[in-house]
Amino acid sequence: MASTVDPLPALSEHAPRVREDSSDFFGADPMLPAPYRIHKRRQELSDTFTLELAPADSSRSLAFGPGQFNMLYAFGAGEAPVSISGNPANPATLVHTIRAVGPVTEALWDLKSGDVLGVRGPFGAAWPVAEAEGSDVVIVAGGIGLAPLRPAIYHVLNQREKYGSVCIYYGARTPADILYRSELEKWRGQFDLTVDVTVDRATGKWSGKVGVVTRLVARGGFDPSQTVALVCGPEIMMRYAVKSLKQQGVANDRIYVSMERNMKCAVGFCGHCQLGPYFICRDGPVLRFDRIEPLFEIREL
Amino acid sequence: MTAAPSSPTASAILDSAELDRLIAGLSGEGYQVIGPTIRDGAVVYEPLQTAAALPWGWADRQDGGSYRLVKSERNAAFDHVVGPQSWKRYLYPPVQRLWQAQRRGRGFLGVTRNPPTPHYAFFGVRSCELHAIQIQDRVFNNGAFADPGYLARRAAAFIVAVNCARPAGACFCASMNTGPRASEGFDLALTELLDSERHEFLVEVGSAKGAAILGCLSYRPAGDSDIKAAQTVWDAAANAMGRTMPAGVETLLKHNLEHPRWDEVGQRCLNCGNCTLVCPTCFCTTMEDVTDLTGRTAERWRKWDSCFTLDFSYIHGGSIRRDSRSRYRQWLTHKLANWHDQFGSSGCVGCGRCITWCPVGIDITEEARAIRDNGG
Ligand SMILES: Cc1cc2nc3c(=O)[nH]c(=O)nc-3n(C[C@H](O)[C@H](O)[C@H](O)COP(=O)(O)OP(=O)(O)OC[C@H]3O[C@@H](n4cnc5c(N)ncnc54)[C@H](O)[C@@H]3O)c2cc1C
Ligand code: SF4
Ligand code: SF4
Ligand code: FES
Repeated sequence: MASTVDPLPALSEHAPRVREDSSDFFGADPMLPAPYRIHKRRQELSDTFTLELAPADSSRSLAFGPGQFNMLYAFGAGEAPVSISGNPANPATLVHTIRAVGPVTEALWDLKSGDVLGVRGPFGAAWPVAEAEGSDVVIVAGGIGLAPLRPAIYHVLNQREKYGSVCIYYGARTPADILYRSELEKWRGQFDLTVDVTVDRATGKWSGKVGVVTRLVARGGFDPSQTVALVCGPEIMMRYAVKSLKQQGVANDRIYVSMERNMKCAVGFCGHCQLGPYFICRDGPVLRFDRIEPLFEIREL
Repeated sequence: MTAAPSSPTASAILDSAELDRLIAGLSGEGYQVIGPTIRDGAVVYEPLQTAAALPWGWADRQDGGSYRLVKSERNAAFDHVVGPQSWKRYLYPPVQRLWQAQRRGRGFLGVTRNPPTPHYAFFGVRSCELHAIQIQDRVFNNGAFADPGYLARRAAAFIVAVNCARPAGACFCASMNTGPRASEGFDLALTELLDSERHEFLVEVGSAKGAAILGCLSYRPAGDSDIKAAQTVWDAAANAMGRTMPAGVETLLKHNLEHPRWDEVGQRCLNCGNCTLVCPTCFCTTMEDVTDLTGRTAERWRKWDSCFTLDFSYIHGGSIRRDSRSRYRQWLTHKLANWHDQFGSSGCVGCGRCITWCPVGIDITEEARAIRDNGG
């Protein structure tokens, strides 16, 4: 990792962030990160934190669709794909919730308010929040999978009148792993939302539900024939959630899942994120379930 | 130029001695001429100063897992076919620095200093390779995003195609509709006309750039008998092709993702990744981040990668494609099936490199046939 490089002569502070070779002609380089400054860092869970960012070199705002992601670069450590977890109505602040699991996310963990990291994006397909207007919306999330769904929740809440019943079903491993806990509690108190949380394993003084999130789906609270379902979590959890939604009568082509794959570029160049014919970075991460159902069944595809 | 095979629209005859002046002319125009030459027992693509460096009088014997250069019975410049390298190493270098950044206070400054775009003249590009280049054009300019470095190198390149006089033992371009005759995508295309009477080249002009270079050489217009002689060469190559890809392989593979043949080939495959490195269309890369000893300068490098590594599909919790079988299936189904959905064509141009350079001689045409013939 720490091999040596020849330092090039430093360019001036005001050097344009573009290539010298014909970049005007061929357009911007999608591999160059833009500097963003951390304005706030919030500890969410023992291994999970949220960063609020704004551009370090301009006041441009980053419009994004709920479900899209950015490539976050920690100086010298590398890049990781991370979903945007903030409110799409407030694109001036870029919000990311990150679980530290390896070299890059640990380097991001070490950053403090005021530090600068690199951002490329936004990339990928969004949750179908416009298509879902007029329908009931069921959101099924597992673990950190709530982060990519939060912008969709915000969007639906911003325009609550455009949707039918809205259910948020969330599963975490233990009570200590419940992400956005105070927000979930606030939403639970809202009369026009059904919010239910379950844990795989109760610890401490948890008096809530214990069991897999698919059981919450089975309790209904929505009209299956009029429902759009958005699902994000570990692949195994999504498998069961989809099964449960289908058992309730939600059609394949109204269920959406967000897939995770190894990603090195996010722009269709590196090949790492393929799932059958799809580039998850470009055609996903959000995919309509009927499109990938045949592939979903195949081991190690 | 897309002339019908038997009637090139603008063609000329060059004496073989003019190849030197063609190379010199290209150099004079500021191109770095890259072409076939022999190194370590194989034909590789390297900078050419003169035509003398071409593999005159050598031909290759290729088969599953084997490559050998042999003296041919005639002194042709282009009796060899494709070697282990392809032009992608120039258009799309194996190791490339994407950018460098300097630490500044609590932040960093992104800066890049890439060398000016090289102007390459590729000398001796085969028809399958022209198709491979066009396939990579679609990869690196996919509608949503473009790789400016690739596009700049590509736009600056001059292409001298060569029509194959003979296929190599692993070739199957005819069944992929990618050869053996170059039909478009070149600036100039050569067909070597060599018999007891003469050693000349038919030159077809494919662009204004090509016409301008040809204008600097001494040539005579091609006559009907020249075209006829060239046609004999083109036909001979097409008719001698020993391998074929079964028709309908795209749907065949898509419908057989759980075929037992994947287990079988997965046991033979060493997961060495040779096939992906020699393939002229394979484009997968990984990133490497480095810092200097002071930690003040960081760089991001892009390197060729292979879907045969475990790391390739790694996500937190473990790799997706753990078995050799799954990785082989990824390579073959991507190349021959999913590529159609992604880029509107097959990802295979039938050059045969993956067959020749596979240490255990796995032949993708045979794998496809085995699936078809065993209940696929
Ligand atoms: C579209 C998308 C959205 C995402 N959104 C979020 C999000 O909102 N929040 C979030 O926290 N995460 C998110 N993720 C997951 C996140 O990208 C990964 O957790 C992150 O990339 C981990 O990177 P890392 O370098 O920290 O660790 P790792 O990926 O664990 O390690 C980095 C590298 O180390 C190597 N490596 C490490 N361990 C092994 C091993 N056992 N075997 C082989 N190689 C190994 C691999 O080569 C790997 O590339 C998302 C992922 C995707 C694809
Ligand atoms: S898959 Fe094999 S035969 Fe086809 S283009 Fe690649 S190396 Fe050549
Ligand atoms: S098919 Fe052959 S060349 Fe390709 S990874 Fe397997 S053993 Fe190596
Ligand atoms: S992440 Fe590189 S192709 Fe999708």
